[in-house]
Order: sequence, then structure tokens, then C-alpha cells
Amino acid sequence: MNSKLTETEAPARPGEPAGMIRKAGRHVSQNEGLIFEKSAPGKRGMELPPLDVPACNPAAALGADFVRDGIEGFPEVSEIEVIRHFTRLSTWNYAIDLGMYPLGSCTMKYNPRVNEYVARLDGLATEHPQQSAGLSQGCLRIIHDLKECLLAITGMDAATLQPVAGAQGELAGLLMIRAYLESRGNPRKKVLIPDSAHGTNPASVVIAGYEVRNIRSNDRGQIDTDHLREFATEDVAALMVTNPSTLGVFEERIHEIAGILHERGALLYMDGANMNALAGIARPGDFGVDVMHLNLHKTFSTPHGGGGPGAGPVMVKKILEPFLPVPVVVRTDDGRFALDANRPRSIGRVRAYCGNFGVLLRALAYILAYGPGIRQATEDAVLNANYIRNGIEDAYDLPYKLPSMHEVVFSDSRQKRHGVNTMDIAKRLIDYGFHPYTTAFPLIVPGALMIEPTESESKEECDLFIAAMRSIAAEAESNPEIVKTAPHSTRVGRLDEVAAARKPILRWRPSDEDRRPETSAVGLSKGPRP
Amino acid sequence: MYPSEYRYTKDHEWIKVEGSTGTIGITDYAQHELGDVVFVELPKVGAALKAGESFGTVESVKAVSEIFAPVSGEVAEINSALADSPEKINQDPHGAAWLLKLRLANPADAAALMDAAAYQAYISEQSKEQSA
Amino acid sequence: MRYLPKSPAEREQMLQAVGARSVDELFRSIPETFRLRAPLPLPGPLSEAEIIQYFQARAAENSRGFVSFLGAGVYSHLRSVVTDSLVQRGEFLTSYTPYQAEISQGTLTAIFEFQTLMCQLTAQEVANASMYDGSTALTEAALMANRITGKSRVLVARSVHPEYREVLRTYAKHTGIEVEEIAYQPSGELDRAALNQTRLSGAAALIVQSPNFFGVLEDVPALAEAAHASGALLVAGIAEPVSLGIVRPPAEADIVAIEGQAFGVPPSYGGPYVGVIATREKFVRQMPGRLAGQSADDQGRRGFVLTLATREQHIRREKATSNICTNEALYALVTTIHLCLLGKEGLREMALQNLSKARFALAELEKIPGVRRAFSGRFFNEFALEFPRSVKLINAALLREKIAGPFVLGRHYPELTKRGLVCVTETMPRAEIERFANALRRILETPL
Repeated sequence: MNSKLTETEAPARPGEPAGMIRKAGRHVSQNEGLIFEKSAPGKRGMELPPLDVPACNPAAALGADFVRDGIEGFPEVSEIEVIRHFTRLSTWNYAIDLGMYPLGSCTMKYNPRVNEYVARLDGLATEHPQQSAGLSQGCLRIIHDLKECLLAITGMDAATLQPVAGAQGELAGLLMIRAYLESRGNPRKKVLIPDSAHGTNPASVVIAGYEVRNIRSNDRGQIDTDHLREFATEDVAALMVTNPSTLGVFEERIHEIAGILHERGALLYMDGANMNALAGIARPGDFGVDVMHLNLHKTFSTPHGGGGPGAGPVMVKKILEPFLPVPVVVRTDDGRFALDANRPRSIGRVRAYCGNFGVLLRALAYILAYGPGIRQATEDAVLNANYIRNGIEDAYDLPYKLPSMHEVVFSDSRQKRHGVNTMDIAKRLIDYGFHPYTTAFPLIVPGALMIEPTESESKEECDLFIAAMRSIAAEAESNPEIVKTAPHSTRVGRLDEVAAARKPILRWRPSDEDRRPETSAVGLSKGPRP
Repeated sequence: MYPSEYRYTKDHEWIKVEGSTGTIGITDYAQHELGDVVFVELPKVGAALKAGESFGTVESVKAVSEIFAPVSGEVAEINSALADSPEKINQDPHGAAWLLKLRLANPADAAALMDAAAYQAYISEQSKEQSA
Repeated sequence: MRYLPKSPAEREQMLQAVGARSVDELFRSIPETFRLRAPLPLPGPLSEAEIIQYFQARAAENSRGFVSFLGAGVYSHLRSVVTDSLVQRGEFLTSYTPYQAEISQGTLTAIFEFQTLMCQLTAQEVANASMYDGSTALTEAALMANRITGKSRVLVARSVHPEYREVLRTYAKHTGIEVEEIAYQPSGELDRAALNQTRLSGAAALIVQSPNFFGVLEDVPALAEAAHASGALLVAGIAEPVSLGIVRPPAEADIVAIEGQAFGVPPSYGGPYVGVIATREKFVRQMPGRLAGQSADDQGRRGFVLTLATREQHIRREKATSNICTNEALYALVTTIHLCLLGKEGLREMALQNLSKARFALAELEKIPGVRRAFSGRFFNEFALEFPRSVKLINAALLREKIAGPFVLGRHYPELTKRGLVCVTETMPRAEIERFANALRRILETPL
């Protein structure tokens, strides 16, 4: 169906290899130095209202030893320079707002703008976390309403919204498991983790004081229940499972897995990173999960912002409720909301205050926009993943063939024969106007291409992506060099990561200005490559 | 390629025994698998190493490999030049990029390890498995 | 639904393309018993206008119209509208962690600038790309000290933010780290007598905060000297970093853990904020969190990449320095833009205004009979007062005057009854300070 698309449709621009590039085009790309390099004494970008009380002498107030001199190298720039600088920097970023961002396991969906608007409302953004509950009824109700929505979506009994990231949610969940098992006499020693798991899982297990025991996936990419039976001994506290797994495949025997664990007094933890495949379709609470976290920055649309903030609420079954982190938002008999910190069996706090409130309220705004219709978002996300799978299945190797949910994992084994690996293909996608998919994860697929389109992509965008992937597969055979040296359309080429790690330069210093590499004289494109 | 006077482990370390001192490094195969080395972490002089236990790490940009003691002993010297130029491990893994010298607990221990021919057979077997 | 870009006909075409008769078939791997048939009991769907109405109604249930003298770890400062207008650019807001450097130079360059600013402010050599917040940054600093020294006991001043200490305890509990608390003295500073050599020796770190929770500055050079003499590291927490505009930086500390909220991040009922760890270069491989580093492409053009990633969980898994995955990049960007706008002179001026207003407020409040400062140490923009009656009662009366009064220290320090914390920043007009003092005088003149 796409054979026509592998041919060159438009002549290549000067300095750019021929190829089927329909989405990406030129846009203005500015050369720009660092803000420190624009600084000059006496400039400033913000003025304060005049002081309306007597000015004090800092040396008299603090003692001369406690007062600092001016901060060396600190920027001095005007407002317009700040605007231009950061606007120019922004043009070097790819973003969901520019097109598909198919990072598997990251759920890069549209970030609704109304969420940004309401997060900045006077009366919400302005609220101080130490103000009394009486002055915080609106904030507490938002936390409460979101909690109720998340419980409905997951089918769990109780929740904490305090953890500020998925990894922190994992830790809180594991600590609750530990506290629960301790209360029954023995915290046990090990936590089982499948080989397909996210790296945060084992890292969190260690901080919760457990040992990691890896368990194998079977040849279909599912948890091997025989292996689990053998490993789920008396000293196992829990199994941490991602469902759907990082292969984008539902664990068909999840209920049996829960049964095996429960039989032996262990609990089932679910990493909810892939909840975008389940919201409105199935509830983890129904298939035996005891504790799970959600990533509000994935399933619930809060912006990634270049790497955070996030939020990682943890949902638990009744048996774990006494151990929730403090404080817990409660509704009193008169219908008012309060914070309850007097919970003697709590695992304690994992973060100051009530967590990332600003992220929580954006997630609530997202859920309110859909209501029960959130199911449609899930359906579209799964449809998109399957459509892309179908569109490129004959061009890339698909190592696990079970039905895909919201994402699909290919391997680069066919392209490897031509010396092209998953990273090369990913970099070449940039030239076609897409952000790369997730490379080299999960670890059980060598040379993985992990693709998650989310529901935010139209049929047209999916078609363009399929065409791009097919074209790159053809290039890998006909002209592998183009792929191996990609990207060709960006402001900088592949950067020397080895040099960066051997001799780290982690900050600007005044003297760096003399030895900075040439940037200003170089044009907008990099010119032809050999 | 693989010096005949060295002995080798399955974890791709080599050891050269001279009297009661053993010099230890990682093999050319290991550096090749790891890619450009950016950092090496070594134990302190005087540390006691036990055969088979991890004593440090070698890092590339995206991978970390543990290094295991081929035999037991006490660290007599470490190659401090590697801190500033870890790339030596890629350039001369069997020579200038030795990692440390051990005062051997029992100099005869090394004899139980693979010789160069056995190691070469072992890695060609490994390569075959990987391409399969 | 307005967020979904497919027409019913397109859904049909796509279903046909994948060979499915119905959308249900796509979910065939989920056992039938677990498939929901009824719609979820969720409120909505709401239009954009209705969503705004819902949140405006919630905003009206909060503290609007009240004047607040609360600090206690979260500080209201002036911020320029420029900051919000820049960080709402989709290229910053809707991008992912900059793993693909070629199309993430905007975020990476800004992070590099952030790291530089944090080093300049703290007089440290390296700073990371940000952490969750101050409470977790301080906790990670303690774990880091444990890795560097190989010792498992940490000493933490009781004058460190109580909620930060709670987080530290939660993380320490199962990582084999023993937390011991050190008392404060009448000045509000750490009690040096309690910090005798026997307790310090064998400890991984001494952890203090400056200004501390009582608003009092610690003598960082002296504490560093004491810690170093016993082979311990000094960890300095900073929850009010605007102080760094005028107060000597903690250059002698080995690890500095900052809450950056005061640099242009709205209070937002507790988050998102932005934590940072800054430290000495020799400890960089034990530092958690992402790092941006400078490099160049094959044509020598400067660019930035995430570097030293082998410390992190996605490579080292259970042996990682921390389980942290995200940072707070967008708020690191807020902080960076805010500090660039303020600049060298602006930050100093802001700090001076805080220093001056807090002193003016203290003088006004101390004129009230029965009200006096609870600690004698040096302070920046926050101070504790001792009142002739319970702070809770005073606050209840102040609410009627539309004033959110002092933070009740008795909540975390049972011995500090009738003591409350007052914070005054540059945002507080003189007239409001005077109104607060007058209201307090009236309240205290009224018999119980």
C-alpha cells in the first residue's frame, strides 16, 4: 500500500539527502549563545517597586562575615534579551505541539491548554501549603475529587496523591507492602521483578530495603507462571508487574499470577505506567492488584515540560489503607475537608506538603473533560498502535506477536544486516519530522523500537509516520549511510557523548568564552555530508 | 592478540603473574564489547580482594561493567593514569591500561584460569552465540 | 471529544485496515471477566468553559482576599509575567526529557544555564539538573553522604524543616541509615555543645539548614570545620534561596540541597517545586539526578547532552545512585528565566528588601506588649515570636481580620508553645505590616 511512498517525491534541498520527507520542512532556526555571554554590567530585566520601609545595612543586620559580595558571572541582561534568548532556545526543541512523539512507555499525549489556564488561577496557584485547612477547602476538594476519580478508574479502595513521580510512587507502594507484612509478623526479603521492567522498579526496591529477584518472561513475552510458582517462596514480599507489559501486551494470566502470590502471603504491585491502555476498559482492582501507582504525566496528560514535573499517586486495597503516607485528605461529618496526619501506622511522609498539587489539578481537569468518555481515548490509543503495527509489520521484525495494546515493540534485526541499528533509525525519523520512538528498551528485545502513538494522533499523522518508517526501512537497504549519519536536518549533528562523559563540562565559566567552539559563523544547515 | 603468558577469566579479565604479584586488566574483547570507556572505578590500595568478587567498574556512555577479581589478594598498586585517560583501556587493554597489581594470596591460583588458547576458543563461542 | 482527532469514518477505516470487526476485538487479550461493560462513574464530560467554572469555584473556597505572613519553607516573591509567557511555549511545555539531544537543545541549553546559576549562587562546583523539591533533595543529599563516606549515621539539626526531616526518616528507615537529631540553642542556631566530637565522629554527615526553620542563619564555616575535623561531610539545606542574594554562600559545605521555589515558582499549595543538589566536583559521580554537559558535534559546533547517565536507574537499575527518574525541568526553566530577569543587581535588591521589611515588621510587632522575639540569632526574612497566648487562638482572631497569621511552631515542636513564625518578603506592603501589628495589638488587648 505504501510502495509509492518509498520513492523520492520532492527534489532534495541543497545539502540534504534525497528521501521521502513529507512532514518536516525548514523553519527558522536561530544561532544563540548562552545567556551569560550576553551579560553586561548594569543591565537588568526586572525592576522591583521601591522599598517602602527604611533600608537596612546588611553588614549591620547580619554581621560583615555573613554578607556576600556580588555573585561572579551572574547574568545581567534586559527583558527583551531574555525573551529572545529563551524563545530562540525553544525553537531547537521538538514538542508534542509540533507532531507525533511516539516514545514507547512515555505516553506523550496532547497537554490540554485549559489545564495550564486553571493551574494558574488566582486562588489556586497562590495558595500556601501551610495555610489552615479552613483556608484551603478548594485545594483539598480538588485533591479529594481527583482521588475519587482515580479510584473509580483503577477499582482500588484508597489512595495517596503525595508522591511526585512514578518512582516515588513505587517507593511509597513498596514501603506500604513492607509495613503491612511487618504488621503480620514478617516483612520478608525479596521482591520479584520481570526482566521486562522499567529501571526504576529495581532501584525503588532497594530503597525499600528489599532484594531484587529477576524473573524471566516466556517466549511469548508473558510472565512465566511456572517460573513464578518456583520463585514465589515464603521470603517473597511482592511481585512488581507492569500491565500491559513494556511489550505493550496484556498479561493474560494476571489473575492467576495474583492468586499464586496471595496463596503464599505475598502481594501484587502493578506499575501503572501503561494505564493508557486500560482506563475505562478494565480495572486493576478487579484483576487482583493490591497496590499500584499511576503516572499523571503519562495517562492523565499533564505536561512533561522537558523532564518533569510529574506525579505518581498510589492506589491500594483496603488492607493497605492504614499505612498510607501522611497526611491524608479526609472529609469530616459536616462535609468539610481536613488533613489527617495522626495515623500511627503510616509509613510517614515521602515528600513535604501534599505533593505536586499543580500537577494533580491538571489531571483532574483532564478527567473532567472526558468523564466516562475516557474509554474513547483508550480505544483510540490502542487503535493507533495497532494501525501502525499493521502498517510497518512487513518492514520491521516483530519479535512478540501477541495482540498489541497501546504500544508495539519491533526489533532492528532486519536492518542490522545492513549495519543500521535502532538508534540510527530513530535519528533518521527526526529528518522526517518525528520525534524518535523509545530505543533499546525493553531489555528483553535486543535493538528494540518501542512505539506508542497515543490517542492524540490523527489518521493522517499515523499515515505519515508509517510512510516515514517504511521509507527508512527502504533506505536502510539502499543507502544505509544516510540512516547511519542522521539526522541531517537539525541545528547540531550527533554530539560526542564520549567526550562529554570523559571530561565533563557541567557549567559555564567566564573563561569558557574564549575557547567556545565556533557557532555564530555557521549557517542554518550543516552542509553536505560525505 | 592475547598474550600467551597471561591467564584469562570468563568475565573477560586477564592476569599476569610475576612472582607473588599479579597484574590485572580487562581483555581486548571486553573493551570492544563495552565501547568507548569513559570512567574506571578502582579499589583503594590495601583493599583485600576475593576471587570472583566485584572490585570495581568500567563505564562507557551507556553501560556499566563490573570487574571481578580473577584470584584473591591485596591491592598493591592501582593504575592512577586511567582516571585522567580512561581511553587507554580502548587503546591498549593488555598493556598500558592495566587496572591494578595484587599481592597474591596464593600465586598458584592463576594456573586454574584459562590460557590464551582456551580464552580465544571461549570468546569465539560467545560471538557465535550472539550472532545466532 | 475535542481532544481526539479522528472522525467516526476514520476510526472505521483504521479498524478495517487492522482487520478488526469492532473496537472490542482490539482488547481481546483482556479476559472477558475483567472487561468493563458499564461506563465508569466519573463526573463530566465538561466543556472548557465548565472546567474553568469548576476550578474558579474551588479557587473561591480558598484564601482569596487574605493577607498571609506564612513562610515556613514556601515563600511568596515577585515574579515577572515574562516567565509564564515563556514557559508556556509548547516547545518547552510539551517536550520530553532531552534524551534525543539533536532535537532537545532548547531544554538542554537551559538546563546547562540552570546548573551554572545554581553553582554561582551556592559557590559550589557542580549542580544537577534539578530534583523533586527541597525535602527530597535534602534526603538524597543524606543518602549521597552515606555513599561517599561509607558511614551510615547522619546527624540532622532539629532546626531543619520538620517535614524534610520526616521525609529523610521515611527514606532512611530501610536503607540502613540511622538518623540522629541535634538540638538547637536559645539563639535558634544548632547547639554546638550538643554536637560534641563523640557524636560527630563516625557520622556520614551533619545536616543543617540555613536560614533554618526558625529563620535563623547557621554559622556554616564553623559547622563545616567541626564536621570535617571528625571526617563527616557538611550538608547545607536552603529552603529560602533568595537569601543567597545577600547572605554568604555555603562554600564550605560539601553538599548543598536547595528548594528553589522562592525563585519565581508559585506556592501552588505545595508543588510542583524544584529541588537542586550542588556539590564538589569530586563527588559528582555519587550525585543523583540528571546532568547536562557540554559537547560538540563532528563539525565542532557546541551542543549539550545528558551525561554521566550511568549513575541513573535506567542503566544501573538496582545499583543506581537513586530511584529518581524525573526531574522538575519545567520549574528549573522557570527558575532560570526568573533569575536571568532579576540578574545580579535585581537579586541583591530583592534580598535587601526582604532583610529590611522583616526588620521593620519585627520592630513593629515587638512594640506590642507581651510580644517578643523567640530566638536571638541572625535572620533573613523570617523570625519566630513568643506571644502571651496560644498562636492558634491568635490566628483564629486574625482570620476575622482577613490575615493568615503566624505558623504555629507547636505543631512540630511541643516545647515551643505560644511561638509562631512570621515571614515578610518584598511582596508585603508596609501598610499591611502595620495593619497586622494593629490587629495583633487589638487581639492581645482583648481579654480571653
